[in-house]
Parts: sequence; C-alpha cells; structure tokens
Amino acid sequence: MKVGVITFPGSNCDTDTFEALKQLGVDAVPLWYTDTSLSGIDRLILPGGFSYGDYLRSGALAAQAPIMDAVEQAIEEQDLPVLGICNGFQILCERGLLPGALRPNASGEFRCTWEYVRVNAVPESFPGLKPGEVLRLPIAHHEGAYAVEPGQLAPLFENQQVFLQYSDEHGAVHALTNPNGAVANIAAVSRGPVVGLMPHPERAMAAYLGSADGARFLKAWLGEDMA
Amino acid sequence: MTFDIIVNVALKDAILDPAGQSTAKVLRNMGYPVQDVRIGKQIKLQVTAESLNDAKEQARQMAEKLLANPVMETYDIVVNES
Repeated sequence: MKVGVITFPGSNCDTDTFEALKQLGVDAVPLWYTDTSLSGIDRLILPGGFSYGDYLRSGALAAQAPIMDAVEQAIEEQDLPVLGICNGFQILCERGLLPGALRPNASGEFRCTWEYVRVNAVPESFPGLKPGEVLRLPIAHHEGAYAVEPGQLAPLFENQQVFLQYSDEHGAVHALTNPNGAVANIAAVSRGPVVGLMPHPERAMAAYLGSADGARFLKAWLGEDMA
Repeated sequence: MTFDIIVNVALKDAILDPAGQSTAKVLRNMGYPVQDVRIGKQIKLQVTAESLNDAKEQARQMAEKLLANPVMETYDIVVNES
C-alpha cells in the first residue's frame, strides 16, 4: 500500500506525517502541490501547516492548487480515502469536499493543548474504531472552530458525518471540553471516503511524548491493509 | 447622536503584499486574467458624537493612532449618521 502526502507551500507537518507513516511501516510517497497525477496512490493525507501563509482564509488558496483537481477526481471515481489533518481539514472544507468551515477560535487565541476526543460515528475509512472510544490527541490551531450553516448541524449528525467530538477523558461531551468554540464540540467530520480532523495524530505516536493514540488512530485509518 | 464609520485600510502601493500576490497567482492558475491583487481590510465602528464633524475627527484619530499604520498603510473613512 502506498500513502501519498501532499506538500503545499507552507505545509509544516508533512515531515512529521512521513515519520509517523514510516514508524507504522507504511510506504509513504511525497507529492507536490503542482502534481497533476495520483496514480499508484492508495490513500492520501493532506498534512497540517499554513498553506500559502493562510492568506485570504485558512486553506482557501491551497484548495485551488493544481493537485486538488486530481484529488477531487480520485475521490469521485475511485473512492480514494483522503485524510485532512488541521490545515488539511481546512483545505478539504474550502474545496467543498467536506461540509462546513473552520472559523477563528472563539477565544481569539492560538490553542496548543492536549485534548480528548470521543468517537461519535465511525467513517467508512476507519473500520478499526468504535463509537464511544476516547483518544488523547494534541491540537495546535488558531482557526479550528468548526462551523456549519444554520440548519445543517442536525443533518450532519443524522447522516453519521460527525466523527470526533472534544470530550473529557471519560467521553463526556460538554462546553468545558470545547477548546475552540466548535459547534457541538466537533473535532472531525467525514463525507464518504474523505475525513478531516483538527487534532494532530502524527504528533501522538509514542506514550513517552504524551500519547500513542495518534498511532492507534492512523492504524485504524490504514485498516486491514496494514501489514 | 450615533454614527456608523467605515475605515478602509490598505497597504501603500510601494509595500509588498504577499497575500495579494499569492491570491493573484492562484486566480491566474484558475484561468482568470488577473493583473494584480491588493488585499486590505474594512473596519466598521459605531460611535457617539456631537456632530458629523466630531465623528469624522474621532475616526481620523482612531485610524492614525491604531487602525492603520501610517508608515506602510493608507486609509479612507466613510461616516454616516446611524
């Protein structure tokens, strides 16, 4: 299995993501934002960072990068599993491949903290996770407050698209466990094979660094193909 | 009386605007015949003042002291009674 990782101008978690995949024994392939082909790629990650300096809006300019035409096509034609982490999540929302948008944190502050997230509904590309599971993952963002248009929140839950919610260590979801003002504490959403999350699993690959739940998360995404 | 103030802040033409340049480049890649992009910001305020002239003077001072940096930015002000 080959996992592609796209580097946009301003991506700064691409190397960490490569290291994480390497640790899991996965064949990772670097992709450049001007590439126009994804042939031979089985899964794709849009890493975190500040693509195009987050000018205009986070992820807005990267969403129009040449490679995104190929990404959109591969999702439509081959159901390519795509994972957007932090800025990658923002890019997928700006491209319209995931519902909603990420607005500035309600606190007005950049948040760099460890958080717990609870699995609400399991996306098709995460066969290894179960509803109710709790993971400990770090966040690091200024524009991570997930938002949807009025009337769109209920359908999101009904369609099983709310993947992760910020919670306490026991999985209780409430206002005090919301680090950024996201609607309904939403930390991750999915649409078909496309998943986006604000936390950074690639920064939680070893217990001695705070948590190994990122490794568990990525293994679940890599699924039964993991050899 | 209450007045609505709009302050439009823009980088001076001589100041490099990386956000504008990046946006222009992406728009050109999307196929639009864009020559140049400059990105500024619009700040809306509501103030109480004795008169239109008083409101304009307040706006000018706020723009000079905080809302714009006169070293690298220009601004223009629109004031209307609420």
